Amino acid sequence: MTPELQERGAQARREHDERLAASGGREGSFGRALQPRTPDFAHGIALYVDDVTVSFDGFKALDDLSLAIGVGELRCIIGPNGAGKTTMMDVITGKTRPDAGHVHFGSNIDLLRLRENEIAQLGIGRKFQKPTVYENLSVFENLELALAGDRRPRASLFAKLSAAQRDRIDAMLAQIHLAAEARRPAGLLSHGQKQWLEIGMLLVQEPTLLLLDEPVAGMTDEETERTAELFLSLEGRHSLVVVEHDMVFIERLAQGRRKVTVLHEGSVLAEGLLAEVQCHPQVVEVYLGR
Amino acid sequence: MKRLLSPWGGGLALALIAVVVVVPVLHVALPPGSWLHPSDYAVALAGKIMCYGICALAMGLAWGYTGILSLGHGLYFALGGYAMGMYLMRQIGRDGVYQSDLPDFMVFLDWKALPWHWALSDSFGAQLALAVAAPGLLAFVFGYFAFRSRIKGVYFSIITQAMTYAAMLLFFRNETGFGGNNGFTDFKRILGLPIATPGMRAALFALTGATLIASLALARAIVTSKYGRVLQAIRDAEARVMFSGYDPIAYKLSIWTLSAMMCGVAGALYVPQVGIINPGEMSPAAGIEIAIWTAVGGRASLVGPVIGAFAVNGAKSWFTQVFPEFWLYFLGALFIAVTLFMPDGIIGALRGVPRTLARRRGAGAREEGARADGVPARTDVAAGEVQA
Repeated sequence: MTPELQERGAQARREHDERLAASGGREGSFGRALQPRTPDFAHGIALYVDDVTVSFDGFKALDDLSLAIGVGELRCIIGPNGAGKTTMMDVITGKTRPDAGHVHFGSNIDLLRLRENEIAQLGIGRKFQKPTVYENLSVFENLELALAGDRRPRASLFAKLSAAQRDRIDAMLAQIHLAAEARRPAGLLSHGQKQWLEIGMLLVQEPTLLLLDEPVAGMTDEETERTAELFLSLEGRHSLVVVEHDMVFIERLAQGRRKVTVLHEGSVLAEGLLAEVQCHPQVVEVYLGR
Repeated sequence: MKRLLSPWGGGLALALIAVVVVVPVLHVALPPGSWLHPSDYAVALAGKIMCYGICALAMGLAWGYTGILSLGHGLYFALGGYAMGMYLMRQIGRDGVYQSDLPDFMVFLDWKALPWHWALSDSFGAQLALAVAAPGLLAFVFGYFAFRSRIKGVYFSIITQAMTYAAMLLFFRNETGFGGNNGFTDFKRILGLPIATPGMRAALFALTGATLIASLALARAIVTSKYGRVLQAIRDAEARVMFSGYDPIAYKLSIWTLSAMMCGVAGALYVPQVGIINPGEMSPAAGIEIAIWTAVGGRASLVGPVIGAFAVNGAKSWFTQVFPEFWLYFLGALFIAVTLFMPDGIIGALRGVPRTLARRRGAGAREEGARADGVPARTDVAAGEVQA
């Protein structure tokens, strides 16, 4: 051991002791400080689903399901009816408690211990299969309620929209092509427009992870194309999980280079590029056989 | 100032002058024979219906705006009434039939001292606070468990109804200490002043009217805030609200409790004007009637329920004089007719007229207006439909 190394070691030791003293006797940590309720994405994974099992009266809707969604990833999930796609979203968003398994947001937040609204506030947004908007409120007001901010009753009793927030809503209205409908009650929108409004409501919530359950159901071809463009533009800024039946839409999203997951009978049947997955013998059997 | 000049503010200000100044002054100053003199009967009736109006408004906030249908709001109304009734019973002093310090029904039951829950009954302020706190506390505890267990819709309504029925049975018992099935009556004084004078009648009328208008103003402030829009969002799509990060329990519980407290205030104003409170006010039928007033007037508005309370009770006081045996049939038929043909109630039908006219004039104009100024004003179609 050279004297220089000894010197350096003593220096590190002194610094550590100083830090320990400054922290008031608590163990001095060299790690990154994590605020409570802040997901840790240091490993590049936004969502971990590990060995999740859900059964309804003996029927296993999810059977040892495991998957991981990367930060900023756009992941398509396909599967026949009853494969457990919606149940998986229910588990992630806190609507259904699994019988076994773990779900983590980042590497540190256990989603199974939180309620739906707490999970949403952490930054997980969900679009329902059936477009769900506030029918009697105007399109503008729908977006206003979804806007990120303090969700407690007292805060909303005295809430006033700031100019920045108005701009944010107006920008979103333009992005989802509903600027002309801003003042109309959302109940009067067409099916496709409601889908867009709900997507807009998710986006102004500024979520880290977006779960989209059949987002293009009932849309015209043109609307579907625009939706695909929108989702592709979101990649990188948000993690997206898109559950869809429409294979054309999936192909458009995956573009031959993004991962696709096939669910079947509550677990992952295949995972990989769309072309690979489509050649997978079991997938072919599930989709075409029987 | 801007608010005072709006149709809403202006209407409220005019109504305030009418109930606080015009009617009371006419009632006290003019001789009973004069044609402008509001009769004792008319003032008492209008005062009573204004109490019902506060109840209906409270119901509108819970049912019309938040989608929580209560069939047990009579309970909260009666609790407020009983709290005020206890004070009025103590004000009788030794002027009762038995000339005792205790209320007559206690002497009759051979009780020697006031039971524990009458400890504060000599204090007007304490009983008034109780009239608000008791319904509020009961509603909070009940609502906390019901909303946390996610009891909704018709199941929730049935439980509220069962609860008011249970309370009625409890209050029917003499041992409960609220005068059994006779309840409280034969009041003599309030705040040391005789209760059955034109002056007192006018004062109670003015106080009730002012309270009703203050309640309307408060409700208006609530439903036009973002909080109010969250309530309507809960009514339309509760799951969406939850997955947007709002805790619907906190919102439902707060409006539910406020609604019960408003009913308590209404009950406290009702008893000195009507001169009696008994467990009949807690009967399931009483709770259903409140829902009917609200539905008839138009539940998803603020003025609607108050109009409904006046319309139905006005009809009731006329009907029960002319065809007393048919009133309940009429009420049932009215409810069915409103549900089938006027889902938005009287106020919805009234609003339909200008809208139909506007539609005939051309729907294109509105579209263009919406495009011209991107930022929606608070008078947009949805707000107009639900809030105005």
